[in-house]
Amino acid sequence: MKRKSFRSRLQRLVPTLLVAIIFLGAWELGVHLLGIREFILPPPSSILSEFSEELQIFIGASGESILFSAARATLWSAVGGFVIGCGAGILTALVTSRWTIISEATMPFAIAANSVPIIAFAPIMNNWFGITNPASKMAIVAIIVFFPAMINTVRGLTLVDPGQLELMESWAASPARVLRTLRIPNALPFIFSALRVASSLSVIGAVVSEFFGGPRATLGVYITQEASGFNFASAWSAILMASLIGITFYLVVLLLERWLMPWHHSMSDSG
Amino acid sequence: MTTKVIEAREINKVFNPGREEQVIALQDIDLSVTSGEFVSLIGPSGCGKSTLLRLIADLIEPSTGELQVNGKSPHQARIDRDYGMVFQAATLLEWRNVRKNIELPLEIHGFARQERQEKAQAALELVELGSFGDHWPWQLSGGMQQRVAIARALVFQPSLLLMDEPFGALDEFTRERMNMELLRIWRETDTTILFVTHSIAEAIFLSSRVIVMSPRPGRITSVVDIDLPRPRAFETRARPRFHALVAEVREVLRDAHVLE
Repeated sequence: MKRKSFRSRLQRLVPTLLVAIIFLGAWELGVHLLGIREFILPPPSSILSEFSEELQIFIGASGESILFSAARATLWSAVGGFVIGCGAGILTALVTSRWTIISEATMPFAIAANSVPIIAFAPIMNNWFGITNPASKMAIVAIIVFFPAMINTVRGLTLVDPGQLELMESWAASPARVLRTLRIPNALPFIFSALRVASSLSVIGAVVSEFFGGPRATLGVYITQEASGFNFASAWSAILMASLIGITFYLVVLLLERWLMPWHHSMSDSG
Repeated sequence: MTTKVIEAREINKVFNPGREEQVIALQDIDLSVTSGEFVSLIGPSGCGKSTLLRLIADLIEPSTGELQVNGKSPHQARIDRDYGMVFQAATLLEWRNVRKNIELPLEIHGFARQERQEKAQAALELVELGSFGDHWPWQLSGGMQQRVAIARALVFQPSLLLMDEPFGALDEFTRERMNMELLRIWRETDTTILFVTHSIAEAIFLSSRVIVMSPRPGRITSVVDIDLPRPRAFETRARPRFHALVAEVREVLRDAHVLE
């Protein structure tokens, strides 16, 4: 189980970096050579310079960076909704899986609800909680992530190796014991794959629900306003910000998964 | 002193009784196993050998008949941890290292940490994996995983070991080595073993008695006493008597099939 050296890790990154450089280079060149106008597609250089300007304001503390305040607000909605929705989904799964009848009765509804475009409820949530209240965005995010979290957890709790169940029975283990020792650890990979999906979904859900209106300093509102004000590089810098938040969130969940399930990580590493 | 470990009288097991898909899994099974015996159940798929094992383990209940394990009901024997079980798949919990896997049954029965660790280590040494306690299951070969499963079954020091095709998934070479290992463990622990297998050679090599079963309905067609001397070794398989016994059991199995 030798740890991979820093050097070899770096070498594995080389092709990925090459692809990124070629992609950005082609974008930059294409925009200049084809004379694509900024409102169609700004070159990466102007998006980056817009982004770094805001970053300097943010770091320098000379006044407030709207982009970074917006990012903070959107991140708050995404993370809040993620925690509430996933928490409720996992809890519901734990309760319903305790009684097979309930979980069998509710699963079809959960699967159906999972295919509903929840984002369509954003205006309704704005009515319920108030358009400038972050709770209206959190509610959308929470509903979006609830169903995958619940469905996957139920699957993980019920798709247990029958041989392992028989062994637990042969040791006269109580149902609570089987849940704790067998079903929940068995569900962890399922739960984490739902959390990974939910981490991306929650940022998408937060930004898109902000398109339906919200406080000035949120990424969704920022993007709509900058775009309608013809500040396309600025709108794109907010898109870049949303992407960075989404990727970071995903990586945090991934790290949490590796930390909580060391056996799983090493297993996939060896294969 | 020899005592009856398993006593089965006129056991019948019917799955889905009264329905169209009714299956008579076992019919009129009489079986008696005394302590210290090594008994194998052999027969084609569907002959009910695994069902019989599960009845003894109290994982299912007989439809009719009387069954006792160590002079008690199978239920009581299960509560009293009178038997350990090993399946064809090692069924180790992948999120527990080898030591924690072996400690699991002790944990469920509320043994203190100190005692758990000592018993687990002793069981690991019994299967000659003393230095593998901290490994993850996936780091072990199939044969080693199965040895961990045996250690886990023996960690209670049960009087009876129930094994359902434990080496069926291993290659021939590993299987023969595991057979030797199992005989050594059997000698060292004084455990009674009931062993389900598909392999005639394996059954004869290991057992003091081979019980031949046939399917539809599952029943015992004959019992062959294995009079090969012990301790058995690799050379045992070369003895003329070994081959004679293999031929005899094969004959019985074929007759059972012809009867159908």
